[in-house]
Amino acid sequence: MATTPCKYDWPAASDRKLIGKRISRIDGPAKASGRARYTYDTNPPGLLFGKIVRSPYAHVRITSIDISDAQKVPGVKAVRIIQNEGTEIQWEGDEIVGIAATSEEIAEDAARKVKIEYVHLPVFVADANLSAADQAARTKVTKDDQQGDVEKAFQDPDAVISEGFYGQPVICHCCLESHGTVVIFNDTPSVKVWQTTQAVSNNPGQYAEVLKVPASSVEVICQNMGGGFGSKFQVDRWGIECARLSHDAGGAPVKIMLERAAELQVAGTRPSLYGHIKVAAKKDGTLTAWQSESWGTGGVAGAGVPPLPYVFTGIPNQKIKYTAVSTNTGGARAWRAPNHPQSAVLTMGALDDLAARLNMDPIEFLTKNIELAPEPLRKYYLDELPIARQLSEWNKYWHPRGQGGSGPVKRGLGVSVHTWGGRGHNSTCNVTINADGSVEVALGSQDLGVGTRTVINIVAAETLGLPLEAVSVKLGDSRYPFSGASGGSTTVGGVSSSTRRGAVDARDALFEKVAPSLGVAADQLECANGRVQVKGNSAKSLTWKQACAKLGTKPIQVTGKNPGECNLSSSGVGGVQIADVSVDTETGIVKMNRMVAVQDCGLVIDLKTAESQVFGAMIMGITYSLFEEKIADAQTGKTLNANMEAYRLAGIGDIPDLVVHMMTGPGYDERGPVGLAEPPTVSPGAAISNAVANAIGVRVPTIPLTPDKVLAALNGNEKGATA
Amino acid sequence: MKRKKSKKAQSESGVSRRDFLRGAGVAVSGSILAGEGLLHATAESPGEVRGPGETKIVLRINGKAETLTLEPRVTLLDALRNHLDMTGAKRVCDRGTCGACTVMVDGKTAYACSMLAIEAEGRDITTIEGLVPEGKLTPVMQAFVDNDAQQCGFCTPGFVMAMTALMKRNPNPTPAEVDLALSGNLCRCGTYHGQKLAAMQVAKGVAREKIA
Ligand code: FES
Repeated sequence: MATTPCKYDWPAASDRKLIGKRISRIDGPAKASGRARYTYDTNPPGLLFGKIVRSPYAHVRITSIDISDAQKVPGVKAVRIIQNEGTEIQWEGDEIVGIAATSEEIAEDAARKVKIEYVHLPVFVADANLSAADQAARTKVTKDDQQGDVEKAFQDPDAVISEGFYGQPVICHCCLESHGTVVIFNDTPSVKVWQTTQAVSNNPGQYAEVLKVPASSVEVICQNMGGGFGSKFQVDRWGIECARLSHDAGGAPVKIMLERAAELQVAGTRPSLYGHIKVAAKKDGTLTAWQSESWGTGGVAGAGVPPLPYVFTGIPNQKIKYTAVSTNTGGARAWRAPNHPQSAVLTMGALDDLAARLNMDPIEFLTKNIELAPEPLRKYYLDELPIARQLSEWNKYWHPRGQGGSGPVKRGLGVSVHTWGGRGHNSTCNVTINADGSVEVALGSQDLGVGTRTVINIVAAETLGLPLEAVSVKLGDSRYPFSGASGGSTTVGGVSSSTRRGAVDARDALFEKVAPSLGVAADQLECANGRVQVKGNSAKSLTWKQACAKLGTKPIQVTGKNPGECNLSSSGVGGVQIADVSVDTETGIVKMNRMVAVQDCGLVIDLKTAESQVFGAMIMGITYSLFEEKIADAQTGKTLNANMEAYRLAGIGDIPDLVVHMMTGPGYDERGPVGLAEPPTVSPGAAISNAVANAIGVRVPTIPLTPDKVLAALNGNEKGATA
Repeated sequence: MKRKKSKKAQSESGVSRRDFLRGAGVAVSGSILAGEGLLHATAESPGEVRGPGETKIVLRINGKAETLTLEPRVTLLDALRNHLDMTGAKRVCDRGTCGACTVMVDGKTAYACSMLAIEAEGRDITTIEGLVPEGKLTPVMQAFVDNDAQQCGFCTPGFVMAMTALMKRNPNPTPAEVDLALSGNLCRCGTYHGQKLAAMQVAKGVAREKIA
């Protein structure tokens, strides 16, 4: 961050009226009253309903397609073959034929009349089994590295060693608003798209390229969206086909929203990650060696290399091998903090098992090795670990592994740390101050539910000394200036920085207009409490309306950009989580007692929505730790739980007492807003798994921590590390 | 239950609850399923068969009669969303698991995805749009806003309906009663913490007659 003062700098803590306060999201009333409209709710006149006929098989070649009966169904307006005869289908649910009809029911009837024949090809989905994948020639080693000398470190007579197997399966995003679009594509050409998307400004070019129309003829709108979590960046094939169906139907609007089964089959997964880990430390707990052989799948294309060892990247001796496994399953997409939660399960699980072997308190063990984490994370963890210890009542409830009480229900605590990059993305906004005093900020961003609208509003209002209601925020339309996709926890950093710069410049332009009438130089003015006044002298002032009236017929319109002059956002956050669980050793059921998150994200713009992000991340984390797994049938490759009964999400009754502590103040605020959506989703799997090991004395090797696995671990039937 | 689909189509497409509910025509007076709604619909009158083509259906929604021409297989949810443009009730799981489509039928919560529109004839249907005029909030809605019990908001109308129904029958619930009443709804963004706080705000501060 800038050390020399700059006109765009964030206001000092003592001057902040809105930034960092608990402010209710501005679109809350629309959402709570059911009036907020989503893509799924968009019903333009003359709407046709689209359906996709999908492959029921995971690996086949199409030998014939007959759409003639489907075309004859009264009410059907367009039928398109998406993937032709001869195409190899690589996962269940892949798109083959698209249909548009006057009602959803008719479209479904027509879909049933499409005749497709296939020849079956060998199916491979067993990603947890590396040797089976090798045998099926479905593996590719994508990392094989070493540094130092792990063998020597393991052979050191003073070394304490822990070896274990850890992992987690593929899971889904399961956005409640499924993926989909409504498109009107006519010959003007004009392509108007409502899409549930994380990338309003990026999508028009993608449509234009494929549909061969000028990018300027494409408008993408997303006013509200029902969850993305990383799965809604691109224009999907169903979006393109929706546009083509509209065109074929003479430019009538067509809506295609994925059915729940398709949403879970094809609309994105988080890759699995499994690994054999061997770690060593000196008797005093100093880590000396890390060895991992890990693998995972993200579908046919395999999966990216996970960051192992996680956080403790400075372990002196390392040997790391990673193998990408190709399976006949729907492809992976970014899932909140790509690869981090999985890497945390492997790393923090292995370190926790080693701490248990050393008879060390895991918080002390992590603290002892904090020098192995990169700067500046060390400082954050050293600040956060004691706070988490206190909030979780660690000293009262933590105990050496396996001493969780004499009854059948054992209590245990587990800890994990995590990190994420963040940094504000590219963002451009228009800030307008009108002569009637109205203020507008417009940009091609989108609000996924994280409070993007609200933080823009806060930053603009704070800068102009106005109440929130005095500023209107327009986003969710590609006709507004370009603002980056919402991914990687970069949105709040990006849009608040562009808004800050735009609002400062607009304010300064207003000062120029107003200065003569207040008889001072423009740089002697300030905005405060709805007035433009001489600095520190509210007696020499104009109301906001009086000041804006000086603009006459010419509103102030300026552009704010990020990046830009002065660094307003930075990169790198740290967080700590502690899980407190009870495990019934007779039934294997894991119950959450409490979960504590201590999280840094630089400067917090809205404390209320920031805390909500962390609460939500912990809840999502509890869900994937206890319940979530996308299960593919080994023989057919079909998703066995492509519905919400069997693909289970946590309900309100699964959620314990949650405690969130945001790190703010000196050392945090001056870094500017960094990023928050990803980091707190990282640690739950590791923290909860470690808490269960602490409670029952053995490691349940893989999450989700379902009762069958807990019982198997207790009975010694699962090979995990024991203390 | 009569089914029109071929064996092949069934095995390939899987059978959803909606498909299951859809017959070639619906015998209005017949007890087809032992769901609450259908038991209610069982009457002594002789069987009147409507469909499978479009038929006139009159629904009483938010106190207003709405006349629709629908195939009998159209669910109440799709009638609301696709035919009346009332989109507060969401379609998510579409088979009675997630509660995003929650409405009230005769004052009790019901999953609109799991009831046919034709079954809802003659009953009092309340959707979230009917709780309060646009631009106003009920105490439950206000509590969702105050406690940020929503992120993307897609699940929110369903939760608001479920919590409203709870508060109307039990204006001062315990946290365990709140958990139970909201256990038929799911949220992916993870807003349960805010919902618990919202419920307590309403429980402490609002008289029963002010709920909705
Ligand atoms: S707020 Fe997004 S699903 Fe509940």
